[in-house]
Amino acid sequence: MTRPTLSPGDPIVRRRPRRWGDLIFAALVGVGGIGVLVLILAIVGILVDQSAMSFRAFGWGFIIGTQWDVKNNIYGVVPALSGTLITSAIALLIGFPLAIGSAIFLTTQAPRWMRGPVGTVIEMLAAVPSVVYGFWALYVLGPYMRTSVEPALHRYLGWTGGFNGPATGTDILTAGVILAIMVIPTISAISRETLAAVPNSQKEAALSLGATNWETTRYGIVPYARSGIFGATILGLGRALGETMAVTMTIGNRDAVPTSFFSQGQTISSLIANELTNSNGPLQYSAIIEAGLILLLISLLVNVVARLLLWRVLRVSGGSTE
Amino acid sequence: MKFDRSARRKLWSHTMTVLAGLCALVALIPLASVIYQAAVLGGPVLSVDFLTANPPSPCSPVVGQPPCAVGGIGSAIQGTLILVGLATAISVPIGLAAAVFAVEYRGRFLGLAISFTADVLTGVPSIIAGVFIYTYFVIYYPVIVFSALTGALALSVIMIPIVTRTCEEALRTVPHSLREAALALGIPKWRTTLQIVVVTALPAVLTGILLSVMRAAGEAAPLLFTAFGSRLGFQGFNNPINALPLLIYNFAESPYKNWISLAWGAALILIILILIASVLSRLVVNRMVRRMRGG
Repeated sequence: MTRPTLSPGDPIVRRRPRRWGDLIFAALVGVGGIGVLVLILAIVGILVDQSAMSFRAFGWGFIIGTQWDVKNNIYGVVPALSGTLITSAIALLIGFPLAIGSAIFLTTQAPRWMRGPVGTVIEMLAAVPSVVYGFWALYVLGPYMRTSVEPALHRYLGWTGGFNGPATGTDILTAGVILAIMVIPTISAISRETLAAVPNSQKEAALSLGATNWETTRYGIVPYARSGIFGATILGLGRALGETMAVTMTIGNRDAVPTSFFSQGQTISSLIANELTNSNGPLQYSAIIEAGLILLLISLLVNVVARLLLWRVLRVSGGSTE
Repeated sequence: MKFDRSARRKLWSHTMTVLAGLCALVALIPLASVIYQAAVLGGPVLSVDFLTANPPSPCSPVVGQPPCAVGGIGSAIQGTLILVGLATAISVPIGLAAAVFAVEYRGRFLGLAISFTADVLTGVPSIIAGVFIYTYFVIYYPVIVFSALTGALALSVIMIPIVTRTCEEALRTVPHSLREAALALGIPKWRTTLQIVVVTALPAVLTGILLSVMRAAGEAAPLLFTAFGSRLGFQGFNNPINALPLLIYNFAESPYKNWISLAWGAALILIILILIASVLSRLVVNRMVRRMRGG
């Protein structure tokens, strides 16, 4: 472990003979560090191992299979995967503007005394447990969707074909709305961080050119923070993709590809929550695990992309991470 | 003409400020509604008995019959304390060790790899943590698949990366001059790390641990097929155990009136606990930041 160079950021390097205490301590913390790396490999490994039976039975057809048919033991991931993707898309569609709007408001527009407290309260949205949101949706959001929002959507947008069928309040759309509420704090908090990390010179330059408050934000600050906001959004997407309890309680839990926003559906996580412990046989069990593996791989991909973007933004500009 | 354009730009600017403010306002409505709903439906059932008694048999009031047993959420509170306590005992040493390794012993690549992996792990869906522990125990120890032990393990899978990341950030805020001073006095590196670096960063480390505890306390998904839930109190680490989020999930969709009001009470307790913890952690962080800036 000798190091050829010593850069200013390094902890000082000892070159004296090692002491046993140091050696043991290094080994102990090393085990913890390696443990984190092993953990992710173990998760992927065991899911791959357990989905082998399903993979042998359906091959790549599992990914394009539109049936989740317990009676005939035929499984494809499309019903659940499409539910996951559609609800997450709805979540971003509704959540993104609200999150960015409030992030911009709290970093550039709001009076200074308001910024801290309101920001804290918005982040508390993230602290409310998923299952509480689900419970709330059963009593407040679901009935509201059924009696007010969905009939209105049907009346004005029914011609698109996406808003047909009985308005039940437990469907793809409601699940998407509850997810939107849950991704707002994630997107908003990290966007605020990247907006706050924009150097003041950007703002001063815009103002000195005679830009209004909004023009300064729009042309001076937001473009500078663009990739951070993008990273924050992808991170929010990651949260929406894997969310379980609130979705399970609002989506209706039906194993079919949704045909409208009012269809009862299933996401991969709600599928796992509903069927893993009462599967009808080893093949269904294995298929559920394979669906879980697909969810894991998607969320790993999404998180890797988001983190790479955010690490670059926040480290380079000396933001809050160091 | 010129005046008009300037006025229009100013008007536009004000409009956008109002719109952005509206976004913040709309974002707050759900939180207000959740708290209001939990307080209205959960508030009336709160009592000392509610916190200690175990959940009753399912029952809905029928005219002419004796009233339903109210019961309480004692077993769920006890279960959450045990599960989260055990998960904390497992994940804090591992997470803290990983953070120390990544910050104090970083070979360039390995340290970065650990930070990055922990970051990515925090984004792994919590239900996958449950599936991971469940499948592992189904293969190797099927007898105790549904138990307090597996529940705590599933929660630690969620907690470890959070502890690692937050402790890492905390350790990084400790100035290098402190480490150098300690080492220059001939103090071994392990004592420098434990008694100087970790102690200096302790408030932030504790905040990180508190954050992970809050997160674990609210998770139901990983417990669905590990802790499983039970109306009884603690029956040993090898038996199913209850937890607040599990109780809410299991009772919320039941048709029984007394179970549903218990679930609302449990939701209120959970929200109160988590809001207190999050305000507390924010206060500590703010104080830390102020101190670090030499204020």
